[in-house]
Amino acid sequence: MRVEENLRESRRRHGAKTAVVNAGRRISYAEFDDLTDGLAAALRRQGVARGDRVLVFMENGWEAAVSIYGVLKAGAVFAPVNASTKADKLAYIVDNCRARAILTQAKLAPAVASALQISQGAPLVVVADGVEACPGAVAFEDCLVDQEAPPRAPGIDVDLAMLIYTSGSTGRPKGVMMNHRNVEAAAGSITTYLEASADDIILNVLPLAFDYGLYQLIMAVKLGATLVLEKSFAFPQAIFELMRAERVTGFPLVPTMAAMIVRMRDLEPGFLPNLRYLTNTAAALPVEHIARLRELFPEARLYSMYGLTECKRCTWLPPSELDRRPNSVGVAIPNTEALVVDDAGLVVAPGVVGELVIRGPHVMQGYWENEAATNQMLRPGPNPWEKVLHTGDLFYADEEGFLYFVGRKDDIIKTRGEKVAPKEVEAVLHACPGVAEAVVVGKPDPILGQSVHAIVVLSDPKVTPRQIAAHCAQRLEDFMTPKSIEIRTELPKTDTGKVSRRLAAESLEPAQ
Amino acid sequence: MSDSIKADVRAFVVESFLFGDTNYDLSDDTSFIEGDIIDSTGVLELVAFIEERFDITLADAEIIPANLDSIAKIQAFVSRKTTPAQAMAV
Repeated sequence: MRVEENLRESRRRHGAKTAVVNAGRRISYAEFDDLTDGLAAALRRQGVARGDRVLVFMENGWEAAVSIYGVLKAGAVFAPVNASTKADKLAYIVDNCRARAILTQAKLAPAVASALQISQGAPLVVVADGVEACPGAVAFEDCLVDQEAPPRAPGIDVDLAMLIYTSGSTGRPKGVMMNHRNVEAAAGSITTYLEASADDIILNVLPLAFDYGLYQLIMAVKLGATLVLEKSFAFPQAIFELMRAERVTGFPLVPTMAAMIVRMRDLEPGFLPNLRYLTNTAAALPVEHIARLRELFPEARLYSMYGLTECKRCTWLPPSELDRRPNSVGVAIPNTEALVVDDAGLVVAPGVVGELVIRGPHVMQGYWENEAATNQMLRPGPNPWEKVLHTGDLFYADEEGFLYFVGRKDDIIKTRGEKVAPKEVEAVLHACPGVAEAVVVGKPDPILGQSVHAIVVLSDPKVTPRQIAAHCAQRLEDFMTPKSIEIRTELPKTDTGKVSRRLAAESLEPAQ
Repeated sequence: MSDSIKADVRAFVVESFLFGDTNYDLSDDTSFIEGDIIDSTGVLELVAFIEERFDITLADAEIIPANLDSIAKIQAFVSRKTTPAQAMAV
């Protein structure tokens, strides 16, 4: 089944029900279905064809939700791009996937304009909230009222549904290819163990460009549930007010949000009485944070989960196991398998550390036009007819098969729930005038999990850390920009003279 | 007093979140969130700064956009918190 069929089905079952609440606007399933029909028809008329890639470069908002389903109804492939992405990287993505169109908003239009000056491509640009400043662009709002019907059968479910760009260990982002079956399989598996239903009301502050945030929308539409969409958790009290008013039942977290909640001084247990479940993924929660969350939300189930964009989600810990094994991220999600293997690909005994390997219908099709990187991740498995996903994450299993995260095989930093490849940040630092050498490492941080820390050797002693930070902020997404920059006279190197991230990480001051 | 609150907050925001970029069009009423000036952890830093600089303690319920989402809002909020007569009236 194709992903957009869920929207049509939810309209049939719950047409008058609220699908999306955002910035004071409430959109019913009937309206959501109509708006996306309009957008799909308009995109087709403007030349977007089956299989074309369309970037959705927007902040969290109803327009982004409409864009995603509109693109699918047109038979095209959506690629959500984080709203804090800067022109250089945006241009790279436009060229890498040969985007046929970009759906954006007025606030982000300057970044699109700059990107298109660098890019080889000339995609259609559709702008929400004011098209005046963008010559040649089409107004998003005009597209929504298109009277033509979109194609009834825009494709089949092995067609690509989306490309999600992730930070690559080589320094360039890679597009994770997911077909409709992959997305359906992941969404179906997750809603099963969450025991989620059409009665759920889900609060999402996570970016729709981040798969964890994106799937809140996909799952809500699949269930016929309500999604309350917000841009930021910067002011938790304001979000809690909204959650009370909307009677929110589902609350997806990343560890940074949990850390912010745990730091709050005046919260009373049970202050969100309708909450039925909380989820956490991206990195494990500290045991003390789990304890505090359970105290604050005594009636809600807390799910510890683990995953990566390449298969969306790997494991979940049944909430009933949380007391017994708070450090575990659980077992494989329904209808998938998670194995810990050695270097030869053989399953290791309980307690032995190995690489986590994933089998199942949620595993990606590969990286967009990047065979080498695909072959690194998707490798021959136990059966001759399938490839399995090598996560690059080190795990062990206990005697009962519950899984424990140990660390990464590579240097990927996990900050604020997002993955950052040190090489991508180092490439920007190396391009900074006055910087001779740089190495980037993750530094333990009580709120962020890890913070991005840069160690820099200068070729021009007049350059300041602040100037370097400003250089990075202009070129990297917010979460990738180094939180701290340390000037040294030389970088930590191995005996053979190679810059070593491991030695660099070991040379940091211990965390507070 | 109120002008010095604004100046202090402006200096902190420019230094901490704009990397000293004084060309950024930061008016007293610019929303920190809408303007993408601060993120979640930025709010924590901002609260820590306000508590230390103005010697006040913020309750969770006070950490809301109405009090903290622009230089002018912070100035009004800090003025209320630090004026004894008005503080008693709250």
